[in-house]
Amino acid sequence: MELVVDNKVLEFVADFKKPEEGSEVRKQAMAALNGMDFPTTRIEEWKYTRVAKYVKRKYKQVQATANVENYKIADLNAHQLVFVNGYYDESLSTILEDDAVEIQNIDTLDEAYYSDLVDGTEENVFSLINKAYQTGGVSIQIKKNKKANHPIHLLHIVNGEEVIANARHFVHAENGSKAEIVATFHSENSENSFSNIVFEGHVETNASLTINKMQTEAKNMLHISNELFVQDESSNFLINTITTGSLLTRNGLNVIVEGENCHTEMNGAYLGTEKQHLDNHTLIDQLYSNCTSSESYQGVMDGKSVGVFNGKVIVRQDAQKIEAYQSNRNILLSKKASVNSKPELEIYADDVRCSHGSTIGELDPEAIYYLRSRGISEESAKQLLVAGFIGGVLDKVENEALRANIDDLFLKDFGWKF
Amino acid sequence: MLSIKNLHASVEEGQEILKGLNLEVKAGEVHAIMGPNGSGKSTLASVLAGKDGYEVTEGSVDFDGTDLLDLKAEDRAKEGMFLAFQYPVEIPGVSNINFLRTAINEIREYRKEDKISAKDFLAKVKDASNLVELDNKLASRAVNVGFSGGEKKRNEIFQMAMLEPKLAILDETDSGLDIDALRIVSEGVNKLKSEKNAIILITHYQRLLDYIKPDFVHVLSEGQIIKTGTKELALELEDKGYDWINEETAQ
Repeated sequence: MELVVDNKVLEFVADFKKPEEGSEVRKQAMAALNGMDFPTTRIEEWKYTRVAKYVKRKYKQVQATANVENYKIADLNAHQLVFVNGYYDESLSTILEDDAVEIQNIDTLDEAYYSDLVDGTEENVFSLINKAYQTGGVSIQIKKNKKANHPIHLLHIVNGEEVIANARHFVHAENGSKAEIVATFHSENSENSFSNIVFEGHVETNASLTINKMQTEAKNMLHISNELFVQDESSNFLINTITTGSLLTRNGLNVIVEGENCHTEMNGAYLGTEKQHLDNHTLIDQLYSNCTSSESYQGVMDGKSVGVFNGKVIVRQDAQKIEAYQSNRNILLSKKASVNSKPELEIYADDVRCSHGSTIGELDPEAIYYLRSRGISEESAKQLLVAGFIGGVLDKVENEALRANIDDLFLKDFGWKF
Repeated sequence: MLSIKNLHASVEEGQEILKGLNLEVKAGEVHAIMGPNGSGKSTLASVLAGKDGYEVTEGSVDFDGTDLLDLKAEDRAKEGMFLAFQYPVEIPGVSNINFLRTAINEIREYRKEDKISAKDFLAKVKDASNLVELDNKLASRAVNVGFSGGEKKRNEIFQMAMLEPKLAILDETDSGLDIDALRIVSEGVNKLKSEKNAIILITHYQRLLDYIKPDFVHVLSEGQIIKTGTKELALELEDKGYDWINEETAQ
């Protein structure tokens, strides 16, 4: 007898390999998927981002290999962990000598610790699919009071047609530790594939964690990231998200600040061309007093591309003396490009300083004329203005090797010099 | 160097601003164009520099053998034209130095010359900023962002010194300048003046001409040059206003 599946989500995952030994996290995620559906634009969180046509595809989980040389970052001198189609590829990876860092398979992550940490946070259908069917990923531990000797480069490549890559990572920055993680996402020979990523972490007391994320996948892909980071008191967390890839990208980034004197900084640069749809959803949840957060996302949209920014900051009732700053600025380079920007502040405390701003505009024609009148061609003038606009965000990437790599990418893809 | 013949120009909405303007400028000369508000002074500067939004309906402008009106704004600059803006534009995120290096290299490429070396460029920046007493920090800051009114005008002359134009048009460069800034800007312009280049000063007031001595003073009224004289004409205008010329012309 043939089983008739009338649940789209179960149909979506039907052919995915069920691991023999299910961890609690897997089991819970699988159970939760039973009652779920894919989001539609009737749901506020997905109002501007339509995934229907992407989730109708029949993606497969397959291992592959890739030419990692094309994606290495020169002079980064990092632990390099390579994931092809969501599977860890040991032969392409390099783990350096580093007494501050321990890298293990994600399946070794302590479940009781993890469940306790993420208790009460929200999942969505994509993060649950990842957690139920993840094919690899790492659990990274930065040891107490130590500074990682090298950055950790999580290098993801998708290779193949209608492939789904479910990589899941967790970073545990212990008390007083300091580290930088570089996460890059690429594709080669991919057609209508799907990167479905979960990246989570815990930044303990006095720890400092920096993440630089760069996604440049082919413009026929779907990329959905669900990121969750929990900060304990007096910790620092900085994440820079640079997106130029995929036909549809949804970056969901949540930071829960669970202690006083924390600083949280999130910056984003997104550059859309053709028919790309680039969506950044962020949340900073301030639960304790005396914390600061700073958020700056800037977009440059060309062609018929669509940008979405939804930045939410919640300041809970007991979280006094919070300073939260948020800005989203956009430039449209074509008449057919558009941006939907929605800053949200939910403030329940009474002694806070919060600000948010959102702008969508064109390049200033007076500025273009001014530059042209000095002998600069119209094209170069626009390039200078765009670089000037987005450069402020790119300057947040302090790692020089990575920054040089980003500059190269922008020069190659857009002809923009910095 | 510059030969303007019977120039008629309108704004895009259709109103004619320049109504048959004639002007000849030779290398080594300084010309002052004065006139009341609305006479067409700034329109003339914009039409010569190639700003969008103006339509030339009649006449010609020859710039050292080239039909100027045929050229895009950037190519006019590459041919050696420079406009010091009445209202310099603020450009956040773009450094003065960075954009000037781009400009110089694009101009050199147009003239089939090699790119400027870093050493030569820096030496040039130093000389040019000394010329107008522009702080080195300002030279490397974002274009005009956070500059005072006087600093913006000095930055215009700094750029002129960097680009070494054949013909510089200074559009109301003196407006809004205090006496010290006026002196600095004027001395800068005087030092840049040579037998090979020419300067057109567009101004409302005579006081600039105390510092930069013009060879010719033209009075622009209703889109035409109605009187040309020497610097004594400027003094007379300062004294009597513009009405007497209109009356004289009417007779």
